[in-house]
Amino acid sequence: MNPANKRTLSIVFQLGGLVLAILFVTLILLLTGANPLDVFKNLIVGAFGSTNRVASILVVWVPLTLVTCGLLVTFTTGLWNIGIEGQITIGAIFSTGIIRIFMDTSVSPILVIILSVIAGIAGGAIWAVLVGLLKTYGGVNEIFGGLGLNFIATALNIGLIFGAWSREGVASMSGTQPFPEVYWLPNFRSYNFSWVSIAISVIGIVIIFLLLTGTHFGLRLKAVGKGMKSAHRLGIPPKKHMLLAFLICGCFAGLTGALQVVGVYHRLIPSISSGYGFLGLMVAMLISYKAIWIAPIAFFFAALNIGGIQLPIVLQLDSTLSGVLQGSLVLFILLMQGVKQRVLGKS
Amino acid sequence: MTGDMILLGLAGVIEAGAPIVIAAIGETLTERAGVINLSLNGTIILSGMVGFWAALETGSIALGFLAGMVVGAFVAAIVAFSSITLKQSQVAVGFVLAVMCKDLAYFLGNPIMGAQAPILYAAPVPFLSEIPIIGTLIFKQSIMTYISIILIIFAWFWVSKTRQGLILRGVGEKPAAAFNRGTNVVSTRYLYTIIGGALVGAAGPFYTLSVKAGWKGTITGLDGIGWIVLALTIFGGWEPFRVAFGAYFFAFLQWLGLVLQSTLIFIPSQVLQVAPFPLMILALLLVNLGNTDWVERFLATLPEKSRTRVKKLIRATRSQPPAALGTPFERD
Repeated sequence: MNPANKRTLSIVFQLGGLVLAILFVTLILLLTGANPLDVFKNLIVGAFGSTNRVASILVVWVPLTLVTCGLLVTFTTGLWNIGIEGQITIGAIFSTGIIRIFMDTSVSPILVIILSVIAGIAGGAIWAVLVGLLKTYGGVNEIFGGLGLNFIATALNIGLIFGAWSREGVASMSGTQPFPEVYWLPNFRSYNFSWVSIAISVIGIVIIFLLLTGTHFGLRLKAVGKGMKSAHRLGIPPKKHMLLAFLICGCFAGLTGALQVVGVYHRLIPSISSGYGFLGLMVAMLISYKAIWIAPIAFFFAALNIGGIQLPIVLQLDSTLSGVLQGSLVLFILLMQGVKQRVLGKS
Repeated sequence: MTGDMILLGLAGVIEAGAPIVIAAIGETLTERAGVINLSLNGTIILSGMVGFWAALETGSIALGFLAGMVVGAFVAAIVAFSSITLKQSQVAVGFVLAVMCKDLAYFLGNPIMGAQAPILYAAPVPFLSEIPIIGTLIFKQSIMTYISIILIIFAWFWVSKTRQGLILRGVGEKPAAAFNRGTNVVSTRYLYTIIGGALVGAAGPFYTLSVKAGWKGTITGLDGIGWIVLALTIFGGWEPFRVAFGAYFFAFLQWLGLVLQSTLIFIPSQVLQVAPFPLMILALLLVNLGNTDWVERFLATLPEKSRTRVKKLIRATRSQPPAALGTPFERD
């Protein structure tokens, strides 16, 4: 079979996955007695109905894009960085800590914000390298080391919000005392997203794209990802590259957490990672770890998230439908990939 | 705190550990066959919701459990189909299912939030429950807790003492050799993945109908348990007794967290609730250290006498996964 035909077939199978996912969700909706057409229409209107909504999509797009960027590096190296949620959280904690330290001093706010983001990056990196060290030198699978550290990060976060960093008077689930406005990232016009975050995300995508497709280092990561033994024979130390992959991914995760703090919430909240880490894993799987697709698919997933918000109000349906739709998309496209390989034979 | 209170607390630990035991034994059987079912966190929440709903509609607790087990078996069948038949990454499919089933449970379970379904109460065993200490500890539990204890012994017997268990281990350790001896590797893997999934699916209703009775959507308190079960399976080194010990130990630590909460009020309760996790990582580190090459290299530098002693210590704690865990079986 010639390559062009193969590519067409590949697209056909992917579209098949998409159709199956939509059919599956339609079936689920029929089960609950909802009108599927109404629901899909509401999802679209909910996401694109006004400029404010589109701005909200961008608010979600930034963290989702950044974590996916980081995750492509670990996935390329053959690693499952499930600990990403904890890395985002620790990044947010470090970033909040810096602002709290300098808040009442005369240090220039811009400098404080920059320091805070750098601290966030460092925090995420530390938490990720910890998973890496547990894997490479402790023999603890990165999935379980990561999960455990996720729980610990969450506990640390909640402990700080209700303990050392609690609001005066009452500690509450709404988070720590918001920072003075000078420590916020500047918003774009009256919308709730910051052009700085958007710019950083775009730069992130470019860096990851170049790193993975245009550098020797990216190739070495790929070699480690394909199999440790052969990489070792080629003179590529797998452990060092795994740790570096975790380090890079952790930097992106920490950056995400820091931007959520200084750019979106302006304080530390209990669910600061908002599940974007796990969602990023799904995006990465859906795009078969190809950097070129990060921006559009992250945008699509972000749009689904925003579109789902009004479902409870308009149709009395739970907003988790967006998650079901995202999950079934990834699942059916994975399954169709398997079917394709079975039909065409490997290669 | 009086002795009676401690005893009741420990009986509570056995109860709280029981659903974890059932799920972890299920996952142990699955992984012994060489398949990882990573979907547990979603499976437990979804089966908990469906089981609760089934019991609510029918008024039958047994049907609730059955419904949960069907859900668990079905999700496991998807993992089996995609990994064994379609040869896709087990981790990828399992992870997606873990996330998706959770959302699906919250979405579909929305209408029954806060409803009152029947509750599985304790059923003390006549005579046996009169025995001092042990009676209170073990024989004043619910029927599912008794089943969980029997399951540990049964699973151990099945895996290590029967011919079927030998086949199971063969499929997980050396599938090619098992195939050559005439074992149907594919169907064995399907079977144990689905049975394991059904057991995991029993854990969900065990929570919503008994241990943490009720369905309250996202605050039902089931999120995270599936991940713990997966960690316990490794911690337990795929041995039913060690897995069960891990489950009880985990439940014990969480209970301890609750008890200490009243004496250590300066620590937020949420922090004590996760206290087991750092310990879990340390435990995983302990059981895995013996498998790393730098430890082996370090051992080689030790003098003969202390080396054998350290080696014995490591061998006692370490756990080694089934050799073919997570790898597809290619007949060639």
